[in-house]
Parts: sequence; C-alpha cells; structure tokens
Amino acid sequence: MSDVCIIGAGIHRFGRTDGMTGVDQGVFAVREALKDAGVEWNHIQFAYGSSDAAGNPDTMVDQLGLTGVQFINVRNGCAAGGSALFSAQMAIKSGEYDIGIAVGFDKHPRGAFDAKPSEYNLPEWYGDAGYMVTTQFFAMKIQRYMHLYGISRETLGRIAEKAFRNGALTPHAWRRDPVALDTILDAPMISDPYSKFMFCSPGEGGVALILASEKKARELGKPLVRLKAATMRTRPPGSFEVFAPSIDVERGGSATNIASRDAFEMAGIGPQDISVAQLQDTECGAEIMHMAENGFCADGDQEKWIAEGLTEIGGKLPVNTDGGCLACGEPIGASGLRQVYENVMQLRGDAGDRQVSGNPRTAYSHVYGAPGVSAVTIMEI
Amino acid sequence: MHPIADGLFTPSNPPRLIGGRDVASGRIVFPCPENDRFEPVPLSSEGTLWSYTIQRFRPKSPPYAGPEDFRPWAIGYVELPGETIVEARITNVDFDDIEIGMELRLTAVPLDPEDQNSPAIPAFEPIGATA
Repeated sequence: MSDVCIIGAGIHRFGRTDGMTGVDQGVFAVREALKDAGVEWNHIQFAYGSSDAAGNPDTMVDQLGLTGVQFINVRNGCAAGGSALFSAQMAIKSGEYDIGIAVGFDKHPRGAFDAKPSEYNLPEWYGDAGYMVTTQFFAMKIQRYMHLYGISRETLGRIAEKAFRNGALTPHAWRRDPVALDTILDAPMISDPYSKFMFCSPGEGGVALILASEKKARELGKPLVRLKAATMRTRPPGSFEVFAPSIDVERGGSATNIASRDAFEMAGIGPQDISVAQLQDTECGAEIMHMAENGFCADGDQEKWIAEGLTEIGGKLPVNTDGGCLACGEPIGASGLRQVYENVMQLRGDAGDRQVSGNPRTAYSHVYGAPGVSAVTIMEI
Repeated sequence: MHPIADGLFTPSNPPRLIGGRDVASGRIVFPCPENDRFEPVPLSSEGTLWSYTIQRFRPKSPPYAGPEDFRPWAIGYVELPGETIVEARITNVDFDDIEIGMELRLTAVPLDPEDQNSPAIPAFEPIGATA
C-alpha cells in the first residue's frame, strides 16, 4: 500500500504572542505550511483542527478563504494534535481524499492548568481538597519511579539543561537561553522533586502539516516524508494517570506502551531503528520515563544514558531536539503537531543549528495526556 | 469536624475510609462510585506510602477550597495491602522525614489547618505519631 506523506509544515513561534489570538497563530502556521508545500488553500480538500482553550479551529476559514472545505474540530486532551493528525491520515488512507491539513493551536492563560472535577467524572470534594493539579501527579509518578529504578535528581536536572540548550538553537522555541545545571537544581521547588525549571508551562503557538497521498506528493515533486504509523490509544487496566483518587494495587502498563507497540508493529521497525525522537516532556521525569515506556531503553538505564549524553543532538538517539515542551511550552492543541513538525525538519535536513548529523532516516513522536491517552507517529524518508 | 463529602468515612469510631468493590471483578477503588456496579466496603486503616510530593504553591480556585493564606502540604498515595492505593494528605511528619515505604495510619485533617470547623479530608500519619 502507498504511504501518506507530509508535504508541507508550518509553525508559529511558541511562547507568548500578545495581540494574536490562538486562531491567528493557527492561520499563520497554515500559510507557512502552504508556502512550504507550494500549494494554495483552495487545493486543500479537508482539514482537522485541534485546540483546547482557544476557540473553534474551523473559524479560521474566515481568514484562509471560504472554499467550502470540510473542516472537523478535534478536542482530545493533550493528544488533541495527535488525534487531528491521525484523523487526517485516515482520510487519505481511505482513498476519499488526496490532500488535506492537520492544524493545531492554543493560547492558555498564565499559570497551571485549572481543570474541573466534573470534566473528569470526579466528585467535587476532590477539587476542593486541591487535587486537580497536574503537577502533583507528575511529581508522584517520578518519585515512585526514582525509588524503584535508582534515577537521581541530578539526572532530572540534566534533562532540563539539555532542553534549554536545544531551545537556544531553535527559532520556534519559547525558552531560548541555556540554564546551568546548578541553577536548575537549586531553583525554588514547585512539587518535590521538581523545581520550577523542571516543568513546562502552558503557552501559545500554532502548527500546520499538509498531508498528501504518495501519488499526489510525487505529482507535486515533494520529498517523500512518509508517515509509516500513527496511533492513538487509551489506557489499559492498572495504569497510573492524572487525577486518580485511587490506583490499583495490581500495577499495569500505560496508554503509551500500547500506542508505541502498535506503531512499531505498523511501521515494521523497532526502537533500535529510530534516528531521532520527540517524547512528551511536560516535566523532566516524563522524558525519562517515556524513554522506557516507548521501548528505547530498559527502566533504570536512563541514569547511564543521560550521564553519557546518548540523547543529546550528537548522541545515539537524539531526544527532543527542539527543546521539547520544556523549552517550547505546551499549547495543548499544537504541542503534538510541533513534535511532528520538528521531525519533518530533521528528516529533510532543514533543522538548521539543531540538525542531527548523518542524514536521519526515521523519526518518532509521542504525546501523553489526561486521562490516560497517548499518540505516537513514526516517519521515514 | 464534618467530612468534606458524604460517603467517604464510615460512621464507626475511629472512622475508616469507604471504598467501592466492583461486584463483578472484585477490584477495589476509592471513593465508592455511586452506581450499582460497586458495593461499599470499609478499607484498611493502615498501609505504606507508595509515593508522595509536596504541594508548594496554592492550587487555583475554583476548584481549590482551602484557605487563601497558603502553607505547603504533603500529599501521597498510600497502599492498603490487597485493597487499593488511595490518594490523601500526609500529616504529622516533617517533609524531610517522608519516605516511600513508611508505615501510615488513617486520620483526617481540616481543609483549613487554622480552622478546626472546616471540612475534614482524609489523611494519613506515621504510625506512632502524636497529633
């Protein structure tokens, strides 16, 4: 079967952009992606748009042109962008369409996310008590993991240090100044063991990707960046998720385990074949745990991997080459698509100062979010 | 102290947490869901600390209903052997002395530590601690 290809990618810088709505940033990204693909808006047959907090994506047809295009809005927690991309590739795989777009954007208020119990089928007292706080979950997940597998707090700090160093090389990143390891470790604590530099912040940004059938991509003369697998999965029994008043004594796997396993099976390759990876790093520990949950290393090996720099841009498996969520922030609707954007840049050799050397051939992306969803893509050039 | 919600604590003295047992699978959760797939069961009052963190900033209101004047508090998951792992405040222990695996017993703390009349929320304290 022929592959779905990504023939254009555009981004609006992440961070804070006063005077531009989330939709405006999405429109900016779409125009960049169209330019990159060398096609016009009226060639686009369908769109899937994701936004969590910045309004309905389909309103952007006002600015892009009233072509009557099919435009479906997607909302799926932190997997929103991944879900938009998944849906878009299915539309092409089905044979119904040849060219379409997946776009995501967001613009969150400052500060931590303020989730409500009722949105997660939880009793009101759980919110009254102060437990609708994502940072608590992330902190407790890594505390347990550090206890079980001997990960040090210094290793957490090295993940943030790498993120800001990579962010400094990345035009679309929010945090563009390197931060010293001591500064990261000694900064005020937010939720132990994490200091303020070890969490990403909700932010703003927009990303658009143009997808086409292989036939259409060849007609347009574009490099064939092939989407070999895109999966979106929900949690298995015994997983540990955000906003859980209780968890099972009998521990199980995660949504990430399933999304990853199925994506590798679809692509017909394994973790050892991946040249570059973007892994959900809403906090330092997430990147560490997701290295293992996605099958790239065994639990506990991260301590050695990080000490040896294996996930640096020059390492064996570069991870989060644009600084990830830690340096780019997390506009929910756009975040998963940013990872794919970064992978497209890396595979085409267009990643500038942060380019992975040796012509990377395969790229992996992974998002995770409440209440236990994960989306993975694998691309090849 | 009155509990923050109905159905969390048994009326016994001392009270215990009320979990929900899935009638079909035997799986136990907390709190007990209000549907007929689950039946209420009193949970063990003692367990071990599975994980924890310190909440260092005041959560956003709504939904947080604690006092404006925020002081950090410890929160953890406590494994009740063979039952479930429940999320609750960890109290009557210095933050620096909290360790995964430590033995804990059920108690309750007022949502506002300065106001004994504020609603009581489930908490665990080290076995042997004196309030």
